[in-house]
Amino acid sequence: MTATVPDVEATAAAGVTPRLGRSPRRPGRASVRRSPVKNRMGYLFVSGYTVLMLVFGVFPALYALVLSVTTIDGSFAGFDNFAKVLGDYRFLPAVGHVAVYLVIWLVSLLVLVVLLALVVHAIRIRWLSNASRFIFYIPGALAGASSVMLWLFVLDPSVSPVGWLLEAFGFESFVQTINPANLPVVFTVIAFWTGAGGWIVIMYGALNNIPEEVMEAAKIDGANAVQTAVRIQLPMMKKWIAYMGIMSLAAGTQLFVEPQLLSQASNAVVANDYSLNQLAYLYAFQQNDFNGSAAISILLLVIALALSAFFVARGGLFEKD
Amino acid sequence: MTALSTAPGHVADRAAARPAKRSPAGLRGTPGQWSGRFVVALVLLAFGLFFAIPIVWLLLATTKSPTDLIQNNPFSFGSLDGFAVNWNALFAFQDGAVVGWLGNSALYSVVALAITLVVSVPAGYALALTEFRLRRALLVTTLVVMLIPNTALVLPVFLELNTVGLIGSPLAVILPFSFFPFGVYLTYIYFSTSIPRDLLAAARIDGCTEFGVFTRIALPLATPVVALVAFFSFVQNWNNYFLPFVMLPASDQYPMQVGLTSLLASTPAFNPSSAGAASVQLPTLALATIMSVLPVLIVFLFSQRFLVSGMTAGGTKE
Repeated sequence: MTATVPDVEATAAAGVTPRLGRSPRRPGRASVRRSPVKNRMGYLFVSGYTVLMLVFGVFPALYALVLSVTTIDGSFAGFDNFAKVLGDYRFLPAVGHVAVYLVIWLVSLLVLVVLLALVVHAIRIRWLSNASRFIFYIPGALAGASSVMLWLFVLDPSVSPVGWLLEAFGFESFVQTINPANLPVVFTVIAFWTGAGGWIVIMYGALNNIPEEVMEAAKIDGANAVQTAVRIQLPMMKKWIAYMGIMSLAAGTQLFVEPQLLSQASNAVVANDYSLNQLAYLYAFQQNDFNGSAAISILLLVIALALSAFFVARGGLFEKD
Repeated sequence: MTALSTAPGHVADRAAARPAKRSPAGLRGTPGQWSGRFVVALVLLAFGLFFAIPIVWLLLATTKSPTDLIQNNPFSFGSLDGFAVNWNALFAFQDGAVVGWLGNSALYSVVALAITLVVSVPAGYALALTEFRLRRALLVTTLVVMLIPNTALVLPVFLELNTVGLIGSPLAVILPFSFFPFGVYLTYIYFSTSIPRDLLAAARIDGCTEFGVFTRIALPLATPVVALVAFFSFVQNWNNYFLPFVMLPASDQYPMQVGLTSLLASTPAFNPSSAGAASVQLPTLALATIMSVLPVLIVFLFSQRFLVSGMTAGGTKE
């Protein structure tokens, strides 16, 4: 745990910068020759992965695409399925729920993770810095259904360890706490509690990668901690923040297990068509409308990829320096 | 990295500046620094409590009786007897269904992990160190697929497996779990940056076959990254809810994460219609939650440093 810093630095020093357009080999060396034997080894070695990628990555995406533009008996339907799901009275509310959640979650994640990483990085007492990173990080072990389960307890004023806090906000019962109006915040808190620690540790590593000279120079030029953070540390963390944004945004559009469990635990005070993924699930398994379900999946996929592409472009990821 | 250019002029001052910066948070400092420290301490304390309280409370809850849980101080310790009662209640639920769920979780995660390693490590090696057609296409596709969230492909994969009649089979969970592009990406980075090519060339000159170069030179050197891929794959598979929830219709096939929701459905506190002989009390549900993450929690406790280096390696997609 104490050696986090050297590891992160070593990773960066090793030049972990794969260049897509180019073979990692340096040109002009004997090993560059393409021998038939090596070609065959290359194909053999990637064969297993390629098959899995085709079967569980590329093909499902294409299959969903085909289903989304066909009818149940396989004839071409054009955009009928999309029109159907877009016109579903549950669709727009679900989009709204996911969008509000995404905004609240992403803003709080970006702001608080960067702030906490700066704070932890500023601590000069080694054990305190290590201990706080450890405490922030450990909830990551409780992911998925387990973390939601834990938060069901925390949000139930009758057993909650912070029942006084919930009551101070005027929530006397579990059903009041998980009032649909509160849900974007509730899901944000759960997602932040589970996922923020890992990102804080990553950002801490990124802060450690900023050369000492740069920080010293800023200090000598009279910059205080806040100015250093805004003018030097933040710009140099840009790619990492963009990376966090992409991964969290893509994952956030897929909201499923949180509303699903809350719906179950609240006797449907939380509707089971709260999120888009839940709606896709209902289409497939309650209405037996796989074409409609596929249309929602395609919309989700397009949104996730488009949002990711935006962050990739704006954040300068995959750029060659 | 443009900010680097501001540095050289000040290099000479560095030695002078450093001692001041390195001095521990002793009793020196201006009032401004003190209020800064106070704010930092407050932020740390608030978030430290936010992250720690739920876990501490959950651990304590497993030792209490249902009435203790509601009436006693949230941070009091129940009793070992209370823990034993909850333990027995959990494992008696539906004639020991929990054991089956934990076993399923282990089976699905470990078999998928094995397949992931067998296909990912050679693929990363080949992408990094050999030349073949479609190499670039494979790399680009890997990056694109990595950006697709796990859950986005669950329903299409269901439809696909449904047409080949695999739904309800353990393979319907294990095979999709085995596809782990992030693992290929990690090994690709490792092999393209950390293995000296001269070493591989020397082995070839000494008469090692191409396969031998991989198994006897490259693979032993890559042990750390292989362990890292194994860990990420295991954690992701163990915690996955949506995929097994969709693929497996029968309760005795559930992994623990899906089984948890069966327990939830039998908890009168959250589902009043379930009151009856087979009902689950809140402390038992708390214990189930701990059991559902125990393997992951243990690994987390012992491997923070190791994990961080791996996450950062995945993060530097420059």
